[in-house]
Amino acid sequence: MPQTTLPIQLTVNGTRRRIAVAPHHTLLEVLREDLRLTGSKECCLVGECGACTVLVDGWSVDACLVLAVEADGADVLTVEGLASPDGRLAPIQAAFLDQGGVQCGFCIPGQLMSAHALLAEHPHPTRAEIEEGMAGNLCRCACYEQIFAAIGQAAAGDAPDLGGLGAGAHAGGARAGAKTSAEGLDQ
Amino acid sequence: MSARDGTIGSSPNRVGGIDRVTGAQRYLADLSVADALHAKLVTVPVAHARIDRIDGSAALALPGVRLVLTADDLPQPMPRFGPQNVDRPVLATGETKYQGDPVALVVADTKEEAEAGAAAVRVDYEALPAVFTVAGALAADAPLVQDPSLRPKDPRRETNVLNEHVVAWGDVEAAAAEHGLTIVERRYTFPMVTHFAIEPHAFMAAPDGDGVAVWSTIQHPNWLQKTIAGLTRLPLSRVRVYAPDPGGAFGGKQHAKYEPAVVFAALRLGRPVRLVLTLEETFQAVRRASCEARVRTGFTSDGRIAFHDIEADYLIGAYTDIADRVVGKGSYPAAGPYNVPAVRIVARAILSHTVPSTAFRGFGNPQINWAVESTIDEGARELGIDAVAVRLRNLARKGDRFIPFDTPCDGEWEQAVRKAAELIGWDQPCPPGHGRGIALGIKSGPTTGLSYSIVRLLADGSAVVYAGTSDMGQGARTVFAQIAAHELGAPLDWVTVAMGDTALVPYDQQTSASRSTVLMGNAVLAACRDIQAKLRTMAAAQQGLDEADVTVADGLVRLASGRELPIREVLTAGLGKLGGEITGLGEMRKEAEAGHPLSGAPAFFEFNCTAIEAEVDADTGDVTIHRHVTVSDVGKALNPLQVRMQDEGAAIMGLGHTLMEHYIFDEEGRIRNLGAIDYRIPTSMDLPRELRSEAVENADGPGPYGSKGMSEGALLCVAPAAAAAIRDATGVAIRDLPLTPERVWRALQAGPVPGDAEGRR
Ligand code: FES
Ligand code: FES
Repeated sequence: MPQTTLPIQLTVNGTRRRIAVAPHHTLLEVLREDLRLTGSKECCLVGECGACTVLVDGWSVDACLVLAVEADGADVLTVEGLASPDGRLAPIQAAFLDQGGVQCGFCIPGQLMSAHALLAEHPHPTRAEIEEGMAGNLCRCACYEQIFAAIGQAAAGDAPDLGGLGAGAHAGGARAGAKTSAEGLDQ
Repeated sequence: MSARDGTIGSSPNRVGGIDRVTGAQRYLADLSVADALHAKLVTVPVAHARIDRIDGSAALALPGVRLVLTADDLPQPMPRFGPQNVDRPVLATGETKYQGDPVALVVADTKEEAEAGAAAVRVDYEALPAVFTVAGALAADAPLVQDPSLRPKDPRRETNVLNEHVVAWGDVEAAAAEHGLTIVERRYTFPMVTHFAIEPHAFMAAPDGDGVAVWSTIQHPNWLQKTIAGLTRLPLSRVRVYAPDPGGAFGGKQHAKYEPAVVFAALRLGRPVRLVLTLEETFQAVRRASCEARVRTGFTSDGRIAFHDIEADYLIGAYTDIADRVVGKGSYPAAGPYNVPAVRIVARAILSHTVPSTAFRGFGNPQINWAVESTIDEGARELGIDAVAVRLRNLARKGDRFIPFDTPCDGEWEQAVRKAAELIGWDQPCPPGHGRGIALGIKSGPTTGLSYSIVRLLADGSAVVYAGTSDMGQGARTVFAQIAAHELGAPLDWVTVAMGDTALVPYDQQTSASRSTVLMGNAVLAACRDIQAKLRTMAAAQQGLDEADVTVADGLVRLASGRELPIREVLTAGLGKLGGEITGLGEMRKEAEAGHPLSGAPAFFEFNCTAIEAEVDADTGDVTIHRHVTVSDVGKALNPLQVRMQDEGAAIMGLGHTLMEHYIFDEEGRIRNLGAIDYRIPTSMDLPRELRSEAVENADGPGPYGSKGMSEGALLCVAPAAAAAIRDATGVAIRDLPLTPERVWRALQAGPVPGDAEGRR
């Protein structure tokens, strides 16, 4: 049974791509299978876990819920497009590493994309804004506190001297935004 | 303060971290193997069924469908496997025994064609009565889950009780008859929960020369190799297991599941076959055993525990997997980290028509610790003794044989309890409406073990470490690199750690029981020491000294004169023009002990104390965790950040089964909440308002530099600490998990419940 395909055009991580896609294929399938960009992950496929989060025209979306044809003409950013072409990590990527916001790493591409979108909207997010902005991204390893700290570090816009990553109290309400990283560090 | 430079006790960036933030890390489902076909499981939507006929003809007529593999296509009698009992068929034969038990595997050119094919397979079946509760499984007329012929010598073969584990010392009845005791008896339930690793399980197999290659998201590649070799009658050397780093595992990926079916399909077709489970299928592949426990504990008037009488029924599911070991090992230390003169623990592993349960962080301990620690809390309340004081009164001190004939107390556990109490402000008044609870937990570490490591010190002073551990997020790669860097005097980024390929990496028994830092860590250390011995010979020859006048340690060569040489200098001179390398071999063996009920005393105990401050919204039953303090005895934190992440991860995972997670069944035993929409795990909105983790470090562990295993401890005590805090806040005791808003609200409406069989003598 020959499958019908539809031609679409996407800008993926800055590169213009023309592809013929099956009308029922999701953006996630097209990214992972047609374009072999496997950084975006597959888990629940019902929009609950956030492992597949990408940015479409700047908005964070669950790529498992979007049909590829719906994204026709869109500008798509995936985790592969965060670092600069020379391989330099984006501040949010570096911050995830610095703060220990990575365990098994499977949820991390999605977390990074949500964090990226959050920072675009709230350059200096409060703890509440971070909790809400990241609520759609499950992490079973549960490095949530470290992810929050990473968002704080990226928001502060500097790579702090991490010499003092201590035993870490996370005083909830007080641990927001740009102050986050500095606070966790001087224990 | 912990540095970031990669030294022992520092917290460098995770080894392998960069690929995890760029998307370059290849998990199994990300691998593309040329010519791979796609597989889909065929199941029937009931808990228990008799399979009358499977007709694959309609499926085979569909485009792209290559194979409908059923029990009839496999060698007869049906090959079975399992880490404990060889009771699990490669595909269901005659009967399905749990919802999700596959009756066939459809293989097609594309994933979609495989799915369409699976939907087109016609299965004639008759739904049979299913047992999915302890009471149902033990009823006189209960259908037998397992064919008695699978255990012909077992006197329990005509029941659903697979095994009964009894641990006892002292005389419980005599102790209970003592005068003046306060005896508290309570019943508790712990729900069925699932691992929910964000990476669903995935498998691939391909013919490989005269043998077979298998890819799996497995924690124990060598064990899988053995399983597949046994089923295919191939020598181990012809079965190559690739185990890419799992995307979270938590015990759920320890043992083979559908790899054997995929192997048979690949060998039959002569092509690679891949099977990536959906999350819903993963929910039907792994879970934690639920548990119903009865605890009867006697206290003297000054708060000493006079006896524990504990019964626990674990509902393990349809096949044994490793669950009988979970029950036996998990219940063994159920009397807790206390000196108790009389103890009786009876734990049963009960078969049921439910998803086979398996290892899950905590390995059977959280279920029973919930019951025992809650009972201690209730006893303390009745006696009017403070919950911390009652625990300190009974707590084992270092060297105490609190479990006779077992490893004695191996840590300054009191320090952890005092630290947790101090951090939660136990002696300070609680804010109005808040309540506090505290609980302790122990878990036995590995009882046997065998890990080999090879370390190669290359000509430029960089090193490659081979370790068969799986890095599933716990950070084993980083810790092994830190050990090698320290011993061989190399910067951390000059050390590469190779894992996950049984053709290249030497044998490791398994990645479980928080063993890897201790057992594989010691093997890596021994391999480095092997290299150091060779460097010593080299240095002595170079300097014209006696070997006795040279020491190599901590990354340096030291001469008797006091002079120190960098290892690299000695190495370059010693290897000469041809270059080459020095290879070290390390082995860490923990033999089984004949006669020990667990086949060996644990290498260490994981000890944790958790204290929680909570508040309940009386209108909604919503629980807010204001403060969550978790303190573990880790011996020595080789990497403090990773220790903290493991403890926090375990703590938050513990909040899952405490507050929200459970399978919900319909009347026929089907799971109603398969998948992420209806099964909730903690998100960024469910965190404690303040989470604090601390480690007690006295360098008194058996691992490198005095380390102990850790990563499960912080999960053991979450439920009892949270329930005690809720009771403290509201006066209401709830003895069934999870403490969902509905359950809490109902309990608040009903008011304080009197104990079920309490009394004073
Ligand atoms: S895979 Fe898309 S939200 Fe879970
Ligand atoms: S790092 Fe493992 S799921 Fe988030």
